[in-house]
Amino acid sequence: MNYKRLNIIAGHYGSGKTNIAINLAMQMKADGLDVVCADLDIVNPYFRSKDARCALEKKGIAMIASEYANTNVDMPAMPSSAYSMFDNTERCAVIDLGGDDVGAAALGRFRNSILRENNYDCFWVVNPYRPLTSTVDLALQAKEEMEAVLGFRFTKIINNANLGDETTAEDILGVLPYMDELSKVTGLPIAFTVCKEDLFPDLSEKINHLFPVTLYLRQGWNKKGE
Amino acid sequence: MANKVIMKGNEALAEAAILAGCRHYFGYPITPQTEVAAYMAKKMPKIGGTFLQAESEIAAINMVIGVASAGKRVMTSSSSPGISLKSEGLSYLAGCDLPAMIVNVQRGGPGLGGIQPSQADYFQATRGGGHGDYHMLVFAPSTVQEMVSLTVKGFDLADKYRMPSMLLADGTLGQMMEPVVLDVGEIKTYDKPWALTGTELKREHNIVNSLFLQPEELEQVNFARYKMYEEIEATESMYDTYLMDDADICIVAFGIAARVSKNAIDAARAEGIKVGMIRPITLWPFPKKPLLEAADRVSSFISVELSMGQMIEDIELAIRCKKPVSLCNRVGGMIPTTEDILNAIRKAAKGGNA
Repeated sequence: MNYKRLNIIAGHYGSGKTNIAINLAMQMKADGLDVVCADLDIVNPYFRSKDARCALEKKGIAMIASEYANTNVDMPAMPSSAYSMFDNTERCAVIDLGGDDVGAAALGRFRNSILRENNYDCFWVVNPYRPLTSTVDLALQAKEEMEAVLGFRFTKIINNANLGDETTAEDILGVLPYMDELSKVTGLPIAFTVCKEDLFPDLSEKINHLFPVTLYLRQGWNKKGE
Repeated sequence: MANKVIMKGNEALAEAAILAGCRHYFGYPITPQTEVAAYMAKKMPKIGGTFLQAESEIAAINMVIGVASAGKRVMTSSSSPGISLKSEGLSYLAGCDLPAMIVNVQRGGPGLGGIQPSQADYFQATRGGGHGDYHMLVFAPSTVQEMVSLTVKGFDLADKYRMPSMLLADGTLGQMMEPVVLDVGEIKTYDKPWALTGTELKREHNIVNSLFLQPEELEQVNFARYKMYEEIEATESMYDTYLMDDADICIVAFGIAARVSKNAIDAARAEGIKVGMIRPITLWPFPKKPLLEAADRVSSFISVELSMGQMIEDIELAIRCKKPVSLCNRVGGMIPTTEDILNAIRKAAKGGNA
């Protein structure tokens, strides 16, 4: 994949943005790029990319996150270090936004820098197994709402069809017609289709641009061995 | 497309309420349950329902009393501090014999506490919360799927017994995403001849009220209500068991604590320790019978809680203190790790207890 310098990850809440952001940052690093990962989620109190801070730092990826993330401070705060992503144009960034139009609002103050530099991809993460984006019409409505707040358009779609731990290859194959229609209606290309690593062998011949991901936001209450 | 979807616990319980026939929701935002209100705000207008963000929790619970009086299914949701504000209304609901669904997605306390998960509202939920002699039905889901099934069950039993139901979840269950099937089966409906629906001058008017001018009368009302509670205790308690057949140690845990406990039990079994679990699904009525029976077979109990030890009192009462009960807990928004619980099991296996 040809990366732009800024990689904005937005979408309906619960569409899987955070895990994609972490995996994308790691892939970019593995591809030899200098990259930071920014948790700009001002909506979600739990399960944030900051949860993966150790995993990211181990791979040499710096994390930009509010110092209040994962604390008891219920405050939609923006870390001052977020400005470094726009000042230092030598370094790539993956920006993990909060869900929906509310989450997209976090990027508003950086809109002018982003458009001026014009070296970004704004990825629209879609999971058709989320009830509020279960039809193309519903998804398009959510897209309009987010773009109105972002002040620019999405550039690519990420197919993140999944049912969490229980996702099967058939679940992913089953939404390809939905994704084709979404791509056709919007004129946006599907950047890649996400799958858990264990599904990659089953799907690699059937889907172009498959992106295998590790699930980083695992906890002690998840079933073991998954 | 499969009939399975992936949902946050908060969304799933909101959708379950709609499927159960709830068309009235009144709430006020608070982390970590705000998605319930957000979901209702999106969905209710599309299906002819009412979503209303009240000016406060106190206003919201009084709106709930209004709709419940009219015989309609109604829900409100909040997190710990908000439930404290609603507690006066809970007592009024019970005193008026009104069915309603109240959701508490608990966070750390006391006071403003924090926004991370907790189970420290156990006493508040199982002892009523508000003033006076009363109970609520209290359901403790441990998966997003159970957020759905127990919300439906809560509405059902609330109508059946004319009393408030509480879904007692915690922040993790509200926030986590899991696949769910939104098939809730047939929804039972109940005649509500007591409801305030307008007489059209064709019948005597109904009265919904918790004020009794004569103490003798109020006493009889309380006696009758507790007679019904006895029946509920005998018939409606729900629980699940895990590897209890040969267990020598019995973990008792609900909600998110039960999930971590399950992993710890598997780890302990791998070390040759015979440990199992009784997971209360209703916290009131508390599943006393299976615990008392287990007390004759196991050598000790471990209560795993996200509180300073609240359910442990009900365990000790249920087993009549026949066996020692130790506490394995984290509080303040922390969740016990598998290792925390495994260590408590090892200690119990050596005959030690807290």
